[in-house]
Amino acid sequence: MSIYLDHNATTPVDPRVLDAMLPHFAGAFGNASSIHSAGQQARAAVDAARDSVAGLIGAKPAEIVFTSGGTEADNLALLGIVAASATPRKHVITTAIEHHAVLNTCQQLEKQGTDVTFVDVGSNGIVDPEDVRRALRPETILISVMHANNEIGTIQPIAEIGRIAAEADVYFHCDAVQSAGKLPLDVNRLGVDLLSLSAHKICGPKGVGALYVRSGTPLAPQTFGGHHERDRRPGTENVPGIVGLGKAAELARTRLNEDSPRVAALRDRLEAALLASISMVRVNGDRKRRVANTTNLAFSGAGGEALVIALDLVGVACSTGAACSSGAVEPSHVLTAIGLSHDEARSSLRFSLGRTTTAEEIDEAIATIPRAVERLRSLSPLATSAVTAR
Amino acid sequence: MNPMPAPAHTESAHAASGIAVAVAMSGGVDSSTVAAMLHDRGQSIVGLTMQLWNQRRLPQLQGDGPAQHRCCSLDDVYDARRVAEHFGFPFYVVNFEREFEQTVIRPFVGDYLEGRTPIPCTLCNNHVKFDQLLLTARQIGAGKIATGHYARVRRNGETGRYELLCARDESKDQSYFLFGLTQEQLARTEFPLGELTKQEVREIARRLAVPVAEKPESQEICFVPAGNYVRFIEGYLQEQGSALPADSGEIVSVSGEILGRHNGLHHYTVGQRRGLGFATGRPVYVVEIDRARNRLIVGEDGDLRRAACEVRDVNWIPFERPGAPVSARVRIRNRHEPAEAKVEATGETTARVTFRQPQRAITPGQAAVFYSGERVLGGGWIR
Repeated sequence: MSIYLDHNATTPVDPRVLDAMLPHFAGAFGNASSIHSAGQQARAAVDAARDSVAGLIGAKPAEIVFTSGGTEADNLALLGIVAASATPRKHVITTAIEHHAVLNTCQQLEKQGTDVTFVDVGSNGIVDPEDVRRALRPETILISVMHANNEIGTIQPIAEIGRIAAEADVYFHCDAVQSAGKLPLDVNRLGVDLLSLSAHKICGPKGVGALYVRSGTPLAPQTFGGHHERDRRPGTENVPGIVGLGKAAELARTRLNEDSPRVAALRDRLEAALLASISMVRVNGDRKRRVANTTNLAFSGAGGEALVIALDLVGVACSTGAACSSGAVEPSHVLTAIGLSHDEARSSLRFSLGRTTTAEEIDEAIATIPRAVERLRSLSPLATSAVTAR
Repeated sequence: MNPMPAPAHTESAHAASGIAVAVAMSGGVDSSTVAAMLHDRGQSIVGLTMQLWNQRRLPQLQGDGPAQHRCCSLDDVYDARRVAEHFGFPFYVVNFEREFEQTVIRPFVGDYLEGRTPIPCTLCNNHVKFDQLLLTARQIGAGKIATGHYARVRRNGETGRYELLCARDESKDQSYFLFGLTQEQLARTEFPLGELTKQEVREIARRLAVPVAEKPESQEICFVPAGNYVRFIEGYLQEQGSALPADSGEIVSVSGEILGRHNGLHHYTVGQRRGLGFATGRPVYVVEIDRARNRLIVGEDGDLRRAACEVRDVNWIPFERPGAPVSARVRIRNRHEPAEAKVEATGETTARVTFRQPQRAITPGQAAVFYSGERVLGGGWIR
């Protein structure tokens, strides 16, 4: 039995998404920029997808820029806003728990002379909007805060930060890659000027995403070519991918009220069972203000990396930390940012559920995981010291 | 001490994964062939590659030498992964960067600063590969690990102890680097190449269509680009914010005559002839590294010869610490022809090695490994 509990890494393509995409590979293969009817057919499919993505987040279709995914959307938002700003000194505010797509782009901005403040978060994994306000400077041009954290699932107070940004007249970008399909999204209610989405986190295909850019927001393109996407992101449209994103966005919107409580109930059952059956387990991050599908647990004295491998070998897929280029695991910057020690961070696992997760799978996981943890701890020098230290 | 550790099979009872052996895979032909051989025999294996050192940490060394011969170069990890994908067994990269830095890199740098010449491969074997990696292997349900070392392990039915033997192919023998393995470690280790020659390993690799069958061998210290350990040490100390070693000092003869100046003791190793920076009529060698006075002592070939040495952290393999002196053939560096000697345990983990004939360039930091025929009796670090 193979149980996939790593939906924050990626999700299976929904069969309805696949069905929507398939005609656009070989049959309706036109280039959306072509004048002829094959092109017009592709253009119509892209436009329909744009409507659907806009519908998911309460935006106008013209405000949607299709990209190759969440990382490119984040890059385009940050680099594009900073490049379009005419002020001589530039300052950007973000948080310590952002995805690497934002963190490493901010580091690149620093190298190019932009000041960046990485606002800390509390031990609950939630940034205090007042800390963001205090980080404001006259030269601040952009705030970037993620909606839901990918590792611990905590929900950031985006609407409050949006009001702070509006008061300060600073552009506000939100990486919503992990909240789409899990939380209601409305760019006006959240007060964001830019918002990143990725298809493969919402049962769509890999390699396609979108950036919402509020009309009137100056954004300098970061790649150069044709006049696609209103001169904001050149390149022949990935029509099947965009169609897939459109269908995935539609499903995320229409199924939210059904998927979210069901997944939350399964996640809560998994979490409660593991906390009850395994000693020395702790939930990382705020347990209330987090998305429905994620639980991140610290298993004191059990190496997370070995535990992920051990669980994979018995058919449970989950994750720990962040994969580095070799595929090895580096300790999570999110967990260290919320105050975990190196060893605690290295003993933490993330379980993330999804639309396809079943109650039977959760039962099986509840039976399997404690056995793996026990075996691992029985061999671990860390566990012995954790026990004797109590 | 336990005469015999718990045999591996007690663990397989609760090894739910069904994995028998974890293969330590470097991406090279030897360990890849081990994986292929075990897989071909129908064993349930998992491939593990250790991420030991992050090359990005010392970017100033990036230009040194070809990247494909570096430790944890992505190419090697990709090669290991490609082998696993080819045969279809599970494969994971495990991160031991922290352990490697603590137990290999720091002692390596520290030894050079103290005037010793370390063997990082042995440190890695003792503290990472046959310790942390073996632990991970057991934690994920494997009873044993297999590596691509050329050596053999055998259980002695009479004593119940595990014994370490030279490889059948003497030219490839790596037993020198494995003297530190404990009974517990040997009991859980397989060296499937121990009975084979390198030629046979290549042939098996070709027959089993191992994707890296034709890959060239690498002999360098894995984390040191282009063998330039001096640049590595200086780069590492710089990164750590530590003071660089005192750079210049006197070069003196064994009789105390000042002959010139050296440019930092970490540049030198006992027995070294070239690179001393001055010319004399006769060949001159580094005889001693006097860290306390920051002096390099040089002399002629005869000055290099010593009849005895003290060793520390001694590990005895086929028997516990012997009460009486043991006759052995002792190897004082890799490729050194073992020399006849008496080994006398002087303390719990120390010993004195007295050679029948004085040996040339007995180098502090290297290992003295005691052999009796093809058996490794034990070994320790030369003081």
